[in-house]
Formats: sequence, structure tokens, C-alpha cells
Amino acid sequence: MHKNKYKAIVIGGSAGSFQVITRILAELDLKMDLPVILCLHRLKHVRNGFVEALSIKSKRPIVEPLDKEKVKRGVVYLAPANYHMYLDLGYQFSLSTEEMVNNSRPAIDLTFDSVSYVYKEKVLGIMLSGANKDGAWGMKRLKDRGGFTIVQEPKECTIDTMTTAAINITKIDLVLKTDEIIKFLNTELC
Amino acid sequence: MIEDIEINDVRSLTQIVKEKYDYDFSNYAISSFKRRLIRIMELYKFDNFEKLLVRIKNEPSFFKEFLSELTVNVTEMFRDPSLWRELRDKVLPNLFESHETVKIWHAGCSSGEEVYSMAILLKECGWLNRAKIFATDIDHSILAKAKEGKFSVKNMNELNDKNYYRYGGTTQLSDYYTTEGTNAQMDKSLLANVNFMEHNLASGLAFTKVDIVLCRNVLIYFNQNLQNEVFRLLHQSLFNYGYLIVGSKETLVWCDIANKFITVNNEEKVFKKIRD
Repeated sequence: MHKNKYKAIVIGGSAGSFQVITRILAELDLKMDLPVILCLHRLKHVRNGFVEALSIKSKRPIVEPLDKEKVKRGVVYLAPANYHMYLDLGYQFSLSTEEMVNNSRPAIDLTFDSVSYVYKEKVLGIMLSGANKDGAWGMKRLKDRGGFTIVQEPKECTIDTMTTAAINITKIDLVLKTDEIIKFLNTELC
Repeated sequence: MIEDIEINDVRSLTQIVKEKYDYDFSNYAISSFKRRLIRIMELYKFDNFEKLLVRIKNEPSFFKEFLSELTVNVTEMFRDPSLWRELRDKVLPNLFESHETVKIWHAGCSSGEEVYSMAILLKECGWLNRAKIFATDIDHSILAKAKEGKFSVKNMNELNDKNYYRYGGTTQLSDYYTTEGTNAQMDKSLLANVNFMEHNLASGLAFTKVDIVLCRNVLIYFNQNLQNEVFRLLHQSLFNYGYLIVGSKETLVWCDIANKFITVNNEEKVFKKIRD
């Protein structure tokens, strides 16, 4: 894997993913300075607290982007509550209050699809534990555009619906446990 | 299931719409705009983009429907209750102390939830008959809905009620509507000082001068160029020392008129005009 090939990492998750994300953000080598874009299912009306909780052990700053904010290296972006988060050409985040997709807002499908549209094959997509199928289609779009796909090992997931759906919809490059995901990112991208 | 729309198709559509109907969508934010088009294609069961283009081109009545479906009308009463507390406790007292009548503009009012929320706030503070409220939107049919004031009981119970409670209203939200089957009919007396009218923010046409404008979760559907233009319009529509309120994840910091405002509350996105 060419470490300089990738320009961004996008991660999707729902129920059971919080611990995994926390660990990734704590153990990811700072030399890996790609932007990390997170789309996690979250309570619609809880605006504060999630970023703070994720930030406790994170080595990098975590930001809920404003509409039209530009992606920066070394920063972790978290989809804000009750908004869909797209990435537009020009590396700008674009938010929306449209209807829920897959019963979710933010919807992982929309983030993954638009991120892979912008970065094409230069993005690495990771799907984590979750209780619905949101993200599977987005993962497929990412893979179809040449991106690299990693899914958390379903047996390790708190709920394996999300990861299994991703595995079933497209050819996933790697199915890994959390430890292995972290090791992979630290070895291959630094 | 339609997965994507080509950028060239989007351009063809915006070109046709501009030429035939004089609406300019060329500066709408592309991701959400594409998504709206896909949604419309699925709604009308068009299996290819050409079908949508043809109907828009040939049927003005279809275009009206298209326009209604294009705009995003997902909204809540007292959305972001903390903002409404800020309005009640800081912003509006400021205005009502120094003005006999306060002019309020809801720009992009959609189905009216924000307007009714404002009317309720004003009524509970005893300011309702000192307010002159303008509520505008690009879509005539959503304005009609707003005027009618029928919201779903489901939304009332699941969303609006909770927001009103978090806001800290003086009574219960149900005091302001009557239930008619699955609909909640808002008390029409709340609209006593409200004028609903069609207005297209993207057209650049000036609006009447007001003391406070709320434009929340509308700008997100515009690209940065258009946001710049709309901010200019909003700035122009404000009396000096008037307030601009945008959505909780929107900002004016990257726009030309940024230095003509100060930030009153960054968490709630309340800005005050300090120069013309």
C-alpha cells in the first residue's frame, strides 16, 4: 500500500462504536496526519458533550465543522447532531437538515458517498459496530470509486448489523479487530 | 434506485430553469442539491434524468411542484431551545426596550414552525402586539401551509413539545393548538401581526428594513458565493444595531460583510450589525 496515496480517512459507526473510535484516536500515531472524517449516529438534540467525550483521549483536535468549513490535515471532523454532513468539491463540508436517511441524521451513507466522490480512490473507509444498515451503500460507493475498505470484525462488534451489511454489499479489503485496525493505520499510513 | 446525477445534467437543469422560469439554482450547494433532485426523481418515478428535464421544460405547473419538492422543509418549533432562551432573555428585551415596534423577518420561513415559535415567545412576554413580523419563502405552497398552521400531532408530541419544554415556556405547547385528528391546528390569533410573502433570497432583491432577521438552516443549501450575496442582502435589510440569527452550524465569518457585524453569542450564532 502506498502510504502517500491516501488523502483522507472516513469512519462510520453507531451503537458500540464509541469505545473503538476513542481507542483509534488515542493510539493513532501523530505522524499520520490525514484528516479523519467521522460520521457517528448520535442523539439528535444533544449538541454538546459528544465532541468533549471523544476528545478526552484524542491526540488530535476534534471539530464539528461549520457549514462550508474546509478540511485540514491533522484534524478529526465529527458530523454535528441533527445535520447530514456532506463533503463538496473544494474540500468544504456541506451540511443539510433534510429528511433522515436510513432513519439517521447524520447518515453515514451520505458522508461516505460524498467523501469518496471528492477523494475518489484516495480515501480509506472504515465501518464500525452499529445496529442498522446505514453506511453499507456508502461503503460500496467508496469501494466502486477505488477507495480502500476496512470493516471491524463483526464478531468483535457490540452489534454486528452495520459491519455485516457492509461486508455483504461489496468486496471489503480487510476485516479487522480494533487492535489490528490501529496497527494497520500506524504501519501503512505513517 | 437512482444513485447519482452527473454534474452536466445538473447544469442542464439549472440552465433550463433559469431561462424558462427565471430562478437561478446555479449557486446552490451541489451535494444537497443533487440529493434533492434524486429525491424528486424517486418521488415521481423518473428512471432517467431526461424525463425530469422534459417535464420541467414543458410544464409550468410541474415546475411549481418541482420547486415545492426541491426546497427542504424539515423543521421544528423552538429548534435549538437555547437560542430561543437567548432571544427571550437578551436579544428581544434589548430591542423592545429601545423600540416602540420591533420588525422581525423570518427569511426562509418554510412551513412556519419558527414563526409560530416567535409568536408564542412574544405573546408570553407581552410583546406580540408591538411586533411586526414578516415571513418569507421562495415556495408559495409552503407559505400557504404556514398560513394554515396545521402541523402533525406526531411532530408536536415527539419534537416540538420537548423543544418548548427545554426552552422553558410559561405554559404548555398544547395551549396554542387544538387537535383535529392527526393534525394540530395552531391558534390563528398568533398570526395577528404576521405577513407571509414570497421572496427569493437568491434573487438579490432588497427586502424591507427590519430590526432582527432569522435565517436559520437556509444558507447551508447555498454555495459560498451565493451565501456571500445573501449575507449582503441580509445585512442591507437590517437597521444599524439590528440582529442577524443564523443556524447553529452556519457562520458569516468567511463573507465580505463579516466585519460589519459583531458576534453577540457564538454558540447560538447571534450577530449584531454595527455598520452600514
